[in-house]
Amino acid sequence: MTDILSIAPRSSIAPGKPLLEVRHLVTEFPLRTGVFRAVNDLSFSIEPGKTLCVVGESGSGKSVTARSILQIIDSPGQIASGSILLHRPDGTSLDLAKLDPRSRAIRSVRGRDIAMIFQEPMSSLSPVHTVGDQITEVLRLHLNMSKAQARTEAISLLRQVEIPNPEQALDRYAFQYSGGMRQRAMIAMALACKPQLLIADEPTTALDVTTQAEILDLIKRLQQSTGMAVLFITHDMGVVAQIADDVLVMHHGVAKEYGPVEQIFHAPQDPYTRMLIGSVLKLEQKAEIRLARPPLDTSAEPILDIRNLSMHFGDMKALNDVSIALLPGETLGIVGESGSGKTTMGRSIMRLYDPTGGEMIYRRADGKVVDLAKLEGAELKAARRELRMVFQDPFGSLNPRMTVAQVIGEPLLVNGIARGRELDERVCHLMDQVGLDPAGRERYPHAFSGGQRQRIGIARAITLNPRIIVADEATSALDVSVRFQVLDLLMRLQDELGLAYIFISHDIGVIRYMCDRVGVMYRGKLVEMGEADKVCNAPDHPYTQALISAIPRPDPRDRDRSRRFRYTEPSPYTEAGNVKNGSTAR
Amino acid sequence: MVDVSTTNIRPDRAAVASQWQLIWWAFKRHKLAMAAMVVTICMYIVALIPGFFAINDPIQQNARTTFYPPQRVHLMDTTNGFEIGLHYYPMKLTRDPETLAAIYKEDTSQKKVPIQLFGRGYTYSVLGLFESNIHLLATTDPSKPLYLFGADRLGRDVYSRTVQGAQISLSIGLVGVFMSLLLGIVLGGISGYYGGKIDFVMQRVIDFVLSLPTIPIWLALAAALPQGWPATVQYMMITIILSFTGWAQLARVVRGRFLSLRTEEFVAAARLDGVPEGRIIFRHMLPSFSSHIIASMTLAVPAMILAETSLSFLGLGLQPPTISWGVLLREAQNIRSIATAPWLFMPGLAVVVAVMALNLFGDGLRDAADPYNK
Amino acid sequence: MLKFVVKRLLWMIPSLFAVSFLAFVLIQLPPGDFVTTYIATLASSNEVIDQNTAAQLRERFGLDQPMIVQYLKWIWGIISRGDFGISFEWQQPVSGLIWERMALTLVLALVSLIATWALALPIGVYSAVKKYSIGDYTFTAFTFFGLSIPSFLLALVLMYVAAVEFGADVGGLFSPEYEAASWSLAKMYDLLTHLWLPVAILAISSTASLIRVMRANMLDELPKPYVTTARAKGLSEFRLLIKYPLRIALNPFISTIAWLLPNLISGSVVVAIVLNLPTAAPLLLQSLMAQDMYLAGAFVLLICALTLIGSLISDILLALVDPRIRLE
Repeated sequence: MTDILSIAPRSSIAPGKPLLEVRHLVTEFPLRTGVFRAVNDLSFSIEPGKTLCVVGESGSGKSVTARSILQIIDSPGQIASGSILLHRPDGTSLDLAKLDPRSRAIRSVRGRDIAMIFQEPMSSLSPVHTVGDQITEVLRLHLNMSKAQARTEAISLLRQVEIPNPEQALDRYAFQYSGGMRQRAMIAMALACKPQLLIADEPTTALDVTTQAEILDLIKRLQQSTGMAVLFITHDMGVVAQIADDVLVMHHGVAKEYGPVEQIFHAPQDPYTRMLIGSVLKLEQKAEIRLARPPLDTSAEPILDIRNLSMHFGDMKALNDVSIALLPGETLGIVGESGSGKTTMGRSIMRLYDPTGGEMIYRRADGKVVDLAKLEGAELKAARRELRMVFQDPFGSLNPRMTVAQVIGEPLLVNGIARGRELDERVCHLMDQVGLDPAGRERYPHAFSGGQRQRIGIARAITLNPRIIVADEATSALDVSVRFQVLDLLMRLQDELGLAYIFISHDIGVIRYMCDRVGVMYRGKLVEMGEADKVCNAPDHPYTQALISAIPRPDPRDRDRSRRFRYTEPSPYTEAGNVKNGSTAR
Repeated sequence: MVDVSTTNIRPDRAAVASQWQLIWWAFKRHKLAMAAMVVTICMYIVALIPGFFAINDPIQQNARTTFYPPQRVHLMDTTNGFEIGLHYYPMKLTRDPETLAAIYKEDTSQKKVPIQLFGRGYTYSVLGLFESNIHLLATTDPSKPLYLFGADRLGRDVYSRTVQGAQISLSIGLVGVFMSLLLGIVLGGISGYYGGKIDFVMQRVIDFVLSLPTIPIWLALAAALPQGWPATVQYMMITIILSFTGWAQLARVVRGRFLSLRTEEFVAAARLDGVPEGRIIFRHMLPSFSSHIIASMTLAVPAMILAETSLSFLGLGLQPPTISWGVLLREAQNIRSIATAPWLFMPGLAVVVAVMALNLFGDGLRDAADPYNK
Repeated sequence: MLKFVVKRLLWMIPSLFAVSFLAFVLIQLPPGDFVTTYIATLASSNEVIDQNTAAQLRERFGLDQPMIVQYLKWIWGIISRGDFGISFEWQQPVSGLIWERMALTLVLALVSLIATWALALPIGVYSAVKKYSIGDYTFTAFTFFGLSIPSFLLALVLMYVAAVEFGADVGGLFSPEYEAASWSLAKMYDLLTHLWLPVAILAISSTASLIRVMRANMLDELPKPYVTTARAKGLSEFRLLIKYPLRIALNPFISTIAWLLPNLISGSVVVAIVLNLPTAAPLLLQSLMAQDMYLAGAFVLLICALTLIGSLISDILLALVDPRIRLE
């Protein structure tokens, strides 16, 4: 860790003077039908050594803002007006907005004064060049180092971002790194020339929550030791609360609110900000609907009893001897990070995969008991009418070539339940039930927003009067303000129709809001199982404890980073056994 | 996501627009492809009723008009005052006093021959259904025939032969592609749908067929055909030979589409809805790649046309008296024919126009084929 | 890497057998066997062969045995002694006729391949980078023209232009005085002066399709995040273009060998016949017309084997330059 101290800013700036001043920035994309303003009259400034978070939902223009600063907006976008003043440590100032995007002047700023990291570390690194090649390139470009010097420097950079065995890692390719390691390499590359400002465009969105915590810690540490400023783009209010000094809330290209993090979270002025914070805080506790419910009857016979379920793909044990039971009317959460086997579990229950071992005892409405794992043909078809699924991707799970009425009515039609006028009436009723206007039933899915599409998916799931619905990351693709609306809809339907849910998610907030009991999965195994409140607040298993500790709290007053810790699997192979997606770089 | 913002379509219309509607909107923006589509349609209309567009009987030989050059068609006549109307003058034959080579010159001293629209000429059959003698252009004086593209060494009208050749050449592309498609869809579909070992074997077979050089194989196959077969059998055999290698490309496209669709969530959702396998394939999967298949087919047709032309040109495809563009181009096999009668290349121009139009049309279709992934 | 190459090499064995079997079936396709044709040819020049000689010939070539046995004999002859059978038209072993022509076929294909790449690569990159510019439209028009003109037509037209307008000596690959001469520097030079026309013809049509491939590849790569990363580092547009998207778009470009080579060889057959080049093609056509099937079979076999080897080389090259294949 002493290496970090060696990164010192080239010189310090007089306090008080901002490093970067953005004034009345307008960025436009010319379209066939007119001009789309992605960023409209935006002003903000960044102080040296401080962190400014730009937060907003999808389509808010936050990413375009970040790219405008370095003039690397995707074609055909361009800065239409405004200024971006960079105050350099030597006292000179430069208006980046006035520079030609291909000019030498802006190129000498990129990577040297201002560096940037991106959301997808895999695709942001070249697949056919070694990581070392890509890091030394920037050193040789801006600092005129020799090959050998650059290599030595690159190794020390990799060491600073805590990549094990940097000498060997340097000659590896990005696809040989794990997700978190790739982002570390990106950070090393960005910090190579000791920039004054680091722009981080959703750098942790593609990562698991435990990896995210480590990357955030790393950026914070490096920032403290170098004094660089950070412009952090994110949609996650939890992350904002943990790292920001100042916050800029964006919506449809416009700044809704701009101020210190304390004010944004505890005294928001703008209605949009208030709505955003409100949505986030809602997911910090149990849903109101659930509070009104009578306590769950835990003595009832389980409607679905999964015993020793296994699903192996070749050598990969995606599901390893999992046993879990679902009570009637219960919402059972399954939580875990990517690669934990939670999606495999949902798909095995639906028999989209044929499990390689174990049984799934399903108690039908008439009290008869069947093993879902063994069902075939007509019996499987009958069971699938009572077990339904809601998918993660609101775009991929609806056939774009069928109208909404056709999508929702398909199960009724193919099961011979309704046709013609009756089918039409049933579809209208179903759309009403999920809060969609039945007048839009002849529309195609492309005419609906993400949240509306997910409602269509829910309508399709409840078409056949099911008893169990498996929801696989049903709200992960949605913006936070839409998320709890869909969750509330699911709970309302649960009351109306007496449903039991298996709710699969990586998001503890959603689980806490929604679920009665939770199972925690880790590398194909169920490591902990218990009441939602207990698991979310006082877990027993060290993995769950580590997972909970890594979740950023949406409160800037609760920033105790020391309580975070890593989970190390008790196994012989623990050299880098912290929780990662798959394995770490070997 | 559908990029409605870049079209001029009102959002409420876009909301209820089916896939084909969206494709058509996207295609319409592609001006060049639209023009190519119009040309393609016109050419296939000509191929459907070539007799109507021809002027002279394409198999009629005429010893007096050997290598007769193309004639000019005039619209305005200023010799006696001013008259408007399509007409032409016969050519006068003189000989170069030294080389005795034939020199044709337009003879305006003779009486002009007016051209009649929808006039009567030789009798032809329309798709074997009925006979007619009405032509788009007809000469009013059959003793002084009109040669728009000149005449060949037997005095046959190159224009009418080119028009007639369109029927075989253009249809062989369609029929050949249709046969390739049948093979391609069945084999590629099986491969993509079932995956696993079947897919592995099928992939190797497709790779193998694609790595073969087509022309030598076609030549060898065509050479094995008995010479004396009737024209229709010959035609079928040639299309079969062409699809022998053509299916692999389409099979690869179909397989790729099937494989990617198999993992789509909406297909999984359909399965969970209790949709039977047949309906999953035809109702849920097929519409998703039919536009791609149509685009690939359109792009495969010109390749077939070129292949037929090359084979016939080399003497191993269709044989005279069958008239196809390749057969016609056999007349222009050496430099001497280019020097003396360059108009014998007019069928070649027809090939270029047809293939280019189909290529551009197919290209536009392919660009518009997937309106949902922009 | 080694595993990949070995696996790929092993795959060549069934492929080569499949090709040889295909060639053999083609030999067998025409009605009657080769002795019948032979007798008929001799009969047309008033020579008569008695039944005994015919039977001897049949026995020598094993024509009275089942097809699979004949195939095995034929392929064994090729593998063990390089014996491709006898050309009855030329009255000599096939192996004596084919090698020089195959070598020239290979030279023609390779030179055309290189010419095609040399043209298509920069043009494709230019078209992608300057998308929708006048230059792009010009090249696009050219590619559509190149894709639409049959190679024999192009050959005839270019031949006419070269011969009549420039008085160049076209047709064949050698001037008459070098045709029978042994190889020398002068002959090589003579070859080069004749090679440009067929190479130009072949390159025009295959360049057209390759430009489209390269343009599409580049257009795929240009908006990728790693290009933005490189731009954010401060690299100049030209440098980052060369180092990143171009380098990555080259991978699918290399794999074009697998279909470019069969196309070039196919095209060269037609062009060679029109220009009467001393490559395999005119002799192949002649042998097919005369149903001289051992000769034709040998050519088909070798030409197909050539393209198979081409796709093998492209696969190995691809593995060499792409670490994703090399290391996995």
